[in-house]
Amino acid sequence: MDPVMRMQGVSVSFDGREVIGGMDMTLPVGEITCLMGPSGCGKTTALKLASGLLKPDKGRIELLGKVIGPETQEDELVEVRKELGVVFQGGALFDSLSVGQNIAFPLKYCRGIEDPESISKMVLDMLEHVELEDVRDKYPAMLSGGMRKRVAIARSLVHSPSLLLLDEPTTGLDPVTARHIDQLVVDLCGEFGFTALVVTHDIVSALGIGDTLLLMHEGRIAWRGVPVEWERSDHPMVKSFAQGMVSVGRTGGEKM
Amino acid sequence: MNLLSWIGRQAIELFSTLGFFFIVGLKAFTGIFSGTWSKEDLFEQLERVGVGSVLVVSITSAFTGMVLAVQTLDQFVRFGATGYIGGVIALSMVREMSPVLTGLVVSGRIGAAMAAEIGSMKVTEQIDALRTFGLEPHVFVGVPRLLAGLVMLPVLTLFSFVIGITGGFLYVAAHGVNAHLFRRSVEALLAPSDIYGGLLKAAVFGVLIVVSACGQGFMAGQGARGVGTATTKAVVWGNMLILVFNYVLSSLLFGGIKG
Ligand SMILES: Nc1ncnc2c1ncn2[C@@H]1O[C@H](COP(=O)(O)OP(=O)(O)OP(=O)(O)O)[C@@H](O)[C@H]1O
Ligand SMILES: [Mg+2]
Repeated sequence: MDPVMRMQGVSVSFDGREVIGGMDMTLPVGEITCLMGPSGCGKTTALKLASGLLKPDKGRIELLGKVIGPETQEDELVEVRKELGVVFQGGALFDSLSVGQNIAFPLKYCRGIEDPESISKMVLDMLEHVELEDVRDKYPAMLSGGMRKRVAIARSLVHSPSLLLLDEPTTGLDPVTARHIDQLVVDLCGEFGFTALVVTHDIVSALGIGDTLLLMHEGRIAWRGVPVEWERSDHPMVKSFAQGMVSVGRTGGEKM
Repeated sequence: MNLLSWIGRQAIELFSTLGFFFIVGLKAFTGIFSGTWSKEDLFEQLERVGVGSVLVVSITSAFTGMVLAVQTLDQFVRFGATGYIGGVIALSMVREMSPVLTGLVVSGRIGAAMAAEIGSMKVTEQIDALRTFGLEPHVFVGVPRLLAGLVMLPVLTLFSFVIGITGGFLYVAAHGVNAHLFRRSVEALLAPSDIYGGLLKAAVFGVLIVVSACGQGFMAGQGARGVGTATTKAVVWGNMLILVFNYVLSSLLFGGIKG
């Protein structure tokens, strides 16, 4: 089967500085791919490319059968986008809408569901999944950072997208909630056959949920493998990244 | 040399901003019929622009009507033209003062708030989130605001006519001008075309306010500073465009010497 997303030789520059340089990445159907890498190496940028939010300066991206190149116009991507579930690094919840309305949003605009009762049922169902049944009528500004993250995840899943793109979904969450979110992603991918790209700093989470792990360095994929290979790998980049994370954990940082 | 390059850069910024405003306006106008936007948001914007501005517009208009009365009363009584006072106040309110003041007041209140809201939506990736749901932000965000400006500015301006003329009347009545005389002169001097002209101006100003606010919001740079700059620029551009278009519309609608 064709992969859900395939990136070939993609480059992007901001203000003349190349942030992504000749990147190749493939997301096979039904698999969870975890993208790791040090801060500022271009993970978020890669995720924006994979969702068609950013056009490549060079190279091509095939997203759900649609080819995106430097010249692709916004309106060509409307239908493809409705098949995506994206969690932005900061959540990007709509401030002016309540939690319930935020989660109802993709149901209305991506799936065209109008019946308030079925919307309300699906929203509640989703809120149960992320254990936030009691905040439906609150506004994003009234929630904690972790709660906002979970609402954002609920919003990205509610319309059963074909491709999930999660930018650090567990950063800033306590370990229990983080594992719970991991489990949710795994379960839903198993249940509905979603394909997912998860950007993460959290090695525990990546080893736990990833079918494939990618390590990014300076705008390229530096290492690619499955979780067992990660633990055995003596690739210098893998080692330094893994050690860096361990020492952060020991010095009392909030990341696992 | 430095001065020349400074002027050059300002000119480029001026035209690129105007160009972007034009695109924002065009997308919102065409999006009214063909795009996806939210009716609930439209109601919210109508309320914010309209109901939210009633008090400020009333106060501004009442005092402007009164100050017009202060200026005309003395002159007109001296020249024995007491019978024209009401008409002159009404004409100035309807043709110029009401639309312009309403425009400036709403630009300050709503233009700033809209630019800040859209700017922070951009900075916090809510605009990108809209795109991932297959929506066009210029339409989804722009249309309800454009319609609110287009509808509410004329409504507020009509309201401002009434309050302003009443304010003027109260002042001159307190100084012994006959109420009947005041009303007759309003009726004699004010034509329906004046009212339509004033309302047309108001609708244009509504579009200008929204287009500068949305345009600056969408252009906002990174961080809180970007949002702050966008807010200031939205008001400056809104006010500037209102005054320029006011001159153009006045000369088209009311200009020249008519028998
Ligand atoms: N819109 C932009 N304009 C200019 N530079 C940008 C922009 N977006 C990202 N960059 C730059 O691109 C580089 C990669 O950014 P990116 O957000 O992709 O990093 P990241 O790997 O997601 O980092 P983190 O783990 O901290 O989220 C950074 O150096 C950043 O400064
Ligand atoms: Mg990032």
